Formats: sequence, C-alpha cells, structure tokens
Amino acid sequence: MNIWLIMLIGGLITFGMRFSLIFLFGKFEIPETMRKALHYVPPAVLSAIIFPELLYRSSQIDFSLGNTRLLAGVIAILAAWFSRNTLLTILTGMIALLLLQAVMGT
Amino acid sequence: MSEARKTFWDGVRAELPLLVGVFPFGMIYGALALDAGLSKGASQMMSSIVFAGSAQFVTTQLVSDAAPALVIIMTIAVVNLRHMLYSASLAPYLKDLSLKWKVLLSYLLTDEAYAPSALEYERTGVKPKSHWFLLGAGFTLWSIWQISTAFGIFLGAAIPENWQLDFALPLTFIAMVVPALKNRPMIAAAVSAGMVALAAYGLPFKLGLILAAMTGIVIGTVFEGKK
Repeated sequence: MNIWLIMLIGGLITFGMRFSLIFLFGKFEIPETMRKALHYVPPAVLSAIIFPELLYRSSQIDFSLGNTRLLAGVIAILAAWFSRNTLLTILTGMIALLLLQAVMGT
Repeated sequence: MSEARKTFWDGVRAELPLLVGVFPFGMIYGALALDAGLSKGASQMMSSIVFAGSAQFVTTQLVSDAAPALVIIMTIAVVNLRHMLYSASLAPYLKDLSLKWKVLLSYLLTDEAYAPSALEYERTGVKPKSHWFLLGAGFTLWSIWQISTAFGIFLGAAIPENWQLDFALPLTFIAMVVPALKNRPMIAAAVSAGMVALAAYGLPFKLGLILAAMTGIVIGTVFEGKK
C-alpha cells in the first residue's frame, strides 16, 4: 500500500481516538478496566520495540559484550533513570555507541 | 485584551517550557523518516496528517523494516489508544462547544497539549472561554512540530551514514519509557512486552510487535488488579 494512504488512514484513526469521547460526552463512558489498561499502552508498545532493537543482531539474539548497541542501550537506560531528561538520554546513548564502536573497532 | 485572546496566550505560555523537549524530538523524527526511505514530502506531511510523535517514530521504524500496511496501521492505532483517555478527560470542559471547535481541538489534542490544559482546567474549572487555552497550547505545539520536522529533514540529509542515526529511535523510546516505570505493574508491562517481542521476533509481518504490546497491556492491568 502507498505510504500516503497509510498516513491518511493512520491520521484518521488518531483523530478518531482524540475526537471519540469529546464527541460522545454523556453518551459513553470508558469502562474502568479499559481505563486501567490504557495506561499500560505506552510502556508495552515502546518496550516491544526497544528490546529487539538492542538485542537482535543480524536476526539472532546477541547477549555478548561485543553487542555495542546493547551496552549503549543499558547506559542510556541508566541515564534516563537518573536524569529523567529525554535529550540527555539520547545524547548519552549516541555518544556511548560511537565510543564503544571506536574502542572495539566494529 | 479580550478574554478569549488572553486565555489563548496563557495556553501558548504554558506550552513554551515543553517545547525544549519537542524541538529536538521533531528534528530526530524528520532525520529518521528520511533515513527510513520516506520522501521529503511524505516525511514532512506525516507531521501534520498523523501529528503524533511516538506513532510517527514507530511508522518510520516499520517502513524501514518493510512491514505490511495493515500492520503499520494497526500499530499506529495501538500506540495512539491513550488519546482516548485524554479525550475522555477533557470532554466535560468542551461539551458546550460547536462541532467545528470540537473537531479542531481534537486534532490538536497531543500528549504535550493535553498535559498543561488538563492541569489548567482542573485549576480553573469550566469558563466560557477556557477552550482558547487548549487552542493556544495545541497550536503552538503544532507549529513547532512542523518547523522542527523541516529542520530534521534538512539536516538529516547532511548526516553521514556511519553516525548510526537509526539508534536514536530506540534511545528516544528508552527516554520515554524509563521515567514511567514508577511501580510494579508498569515494570511488569514493559518487561513482559519486551520478552514476548524477543520471542516472537521471527513472526511474519512484524506481528510480534502487536502480540508483545497486547501481552504487556494485559500483564500490567492484571498486576494492577492484584495490588
């Protein structure tokens, strides 16, 4: 499918969700269980992307010290935990990756 | 100054501190979208058609992995589910507006516009002109998002290949997830989703991502119920 069509449908779905309960106010309430579940969407989706990005190297899991992306990722996780700062986390992770690769010569 | 205009500028001012984080985020998106093989036009337009940071990042990722359209669309839907919460939360304050206003404000209802507006409405309650606050915050964010995307596209073309720019994507997600891990259910959701994503990585069409996300959401909810 064409990327423009994907964007259009994706945009309509996004708009639909933002509009949904503003439009339906008084006619529909989000059930309690769903309200709870929605809080877990961001950590679940993002972790599902992060883990394979750090651990898969050429379609197999690489749990070794030679995996520079895993090491840099762990450093970024620590940076995020202590700083709670988005930009600092990204910069720390990028610099860590470039340094590790320079040191290990990969 | 009229009440409406004053409230609009209050919204703009409340949004300003958030832009420090938004601007680089938009630039990274622009550069990554180009890197993933999207055209300059498509990269730029996604910022106004979809207008949702994390969904745009995920789309970029899936496009570069050549995932099928249906999977990309389903993933955008899952990533943006949380906007229903924002919609529900602001609905009581916007209930008397015309349909045009509701449509406009819904389009502008991002994480970063929601946060200051929800705080403001909780503080002031419903006032006749209070929707101008959300308009001010939302419009400011929208403008900066478009400009920062353009900057990213412009600079992205100039960044050398060996800078490993694609790594900025998981890093961005780490920066978003880690501070949210404040309690056990959140940690359980994140870790279980990550494990399933690793185990299901080989599934066709990137379906492992959706399966993993669903697992994390269920595990988090179940854990919360047990507390």
